[in-house]
Amino acid sequence: MDWGALHTILGGVNKHSTSIGKIWLTVLFIFRIMILVVAAEKVWGDEQKDFVCNTLQPGCRNVCYDHFFPISHIRLWALQLIFVSTPALLVAMHVAYRRHEKKRQFRKGNQKCEYKDIEEIRRQRFHIEGSLWWTYTSSIFFRLIFEAVFMYAFYFMYDGFRMPRLMKCSAWPCPNTVDCFVSRPTEKTVFTIFMIAVSSICILLNVAELCYLLTKFFLRRSKKAGNSKQQPNHENKEETKQNEMNELISDSCQNTVIGFSS
Amino acid sequence: MSWGFLCDLLSGVNKYSTGVGRIWVAIVFMFRLLVYVAAAENIWKYEHDEFECNIKQPGCENVCFDYFFPVSHIRLWALQLIMVSSPSLLVVFHVAYRQNREKHHNQKLYRNPGEIDGGLLCTYLISLILKTGFEIVFLVLFYKLYNGFKIPHLLKCDIRPCPNTVDCYISKPTEKMIFLYFLVATSCLCIILNLSELSYLICKYSQKCYLNRYMKKQQ
Repeated sequence: MDWGALHTILGGVNKHSTSIGKIWLTVLFIFRIMILVVAAEKVWGDEQKDFVCNTLQPGCRNVCYDHFFPISHIRLWALQLIFVSTPALLVAMHVAYRRHEKKRQFRKGNQKCEYKDIEEIRRQRFHIEGSLWWTYTSSIFFRLIFEAVFMYAFYFMYDGFRMPRLMKCSAWPCPNTVDCFVSRPTEKTVFTIFMIAVSSICILLNVAELCYLLTKFFLRRSKKAGNSKQQPNHENKEETKQNEMNELISDSCQNTVIGFSS
Repeated sequence: MSWGFLCDLLSGVNKYSTGVGRIWVAIVFMFRLLVYVAAAENIWKYEHDEFECNIKQPGCENVCFDYFFPVSHIRLWALQLIMVSSPSLLVVFHVAYRQNREKHHNQKLYRNPGEIDGGLLCTYLISLILKTGFEIVFLVLFYKLYNGFKIPHLLKCDIRPCPNTVDCYISKPTEKMIFLYFLVATSCLCIILNLSELSYLICKYSQKCYLNRYMKKQQ
């Protein structure tokens, strides 16, 4: 169980995402998870071993390290990536639930469902409409919150995004104020700034996706309001017709579960 | 989740590349990625542990190492590999967009969604320019950060808390230098391949454009 498993899970969500969602997923995997695994983990690999304090007092180095790094950058990033990826699971679960319902309908032999076989249900791509729209939008909202919270946590815990070369420590059992030196501070600063920059890009992508979804929602509503005012035998545009048919089919499948006729 | 992910990505890109593009992918796999994973990573693995200064002052080694290696060669190499492979994603996204459009309209809009023409040609050319740009940027970065591509045996350091000028010794400088030259050589080869692919595509499509215009004039 490692980052590969996350890739498998989120890869499934990719099919049902918007284009911006797909770009976000790519940025997440290539510029955050991959950089974390192949580069950042090695930079922080020797952080405690090479944290040197100008004292022979046993225990002083340990205590100072713990005081300045309550939670290591690398662990915080790993947590951030996990939390930020988790809301996408909401979408995955919703899609799985819909598929499950349709499979059940298909197995019952319901004629109203227009799928030829189970495989077609499995391969079907759901449009982001109805309740799935709400799930998807909530997942983006949660992603934004998590990103912002972790960025603030970084800034708060480490007094900015710079890694100092020298830290002065006077925690017990250090006999007095002791100079402690961090290993690779410049490289760590570079990677911290890189990860923060990519986080910001991901936040921008999420905001753009949210705006896109809201715009699409309001446009669809105004189209529907406009269409309902026109005559019943008026010819609608193909897209709206197809959307309505899709909704009717999915509604009819769900209604037969509850026992109503469509 | 590691370099295997990048391998899968590049294999996907291979489908939509020209012949020269496929040679570029092969070179990136064999002479850069594989060399990085199989050899280079191990050479730089204990660079900090094996960096020794002729002093017992605690903190002096840390500070001198940080001063001479603000970003390690091996990290720059890894970043270079990732950044240089990323522009190929633009092509993958564009092809996926074309395929989506065909599905959406339920009709064949393109002769072949993966064929390099029209908008996809522009995207491909942009990705080539970006790849070349990243290669050059990283080579310049390497040159500027380390004052050339040499790795000296001995460095003199006098930063606080080192009490005076101190001799510091890098581990495996010759081996690191050889691999650094190898990295530079493969980068330059990739730049040449990208530039030749760029000129080939521009020539091919200018010719096509010119012939089409000529045929139209004849008619």
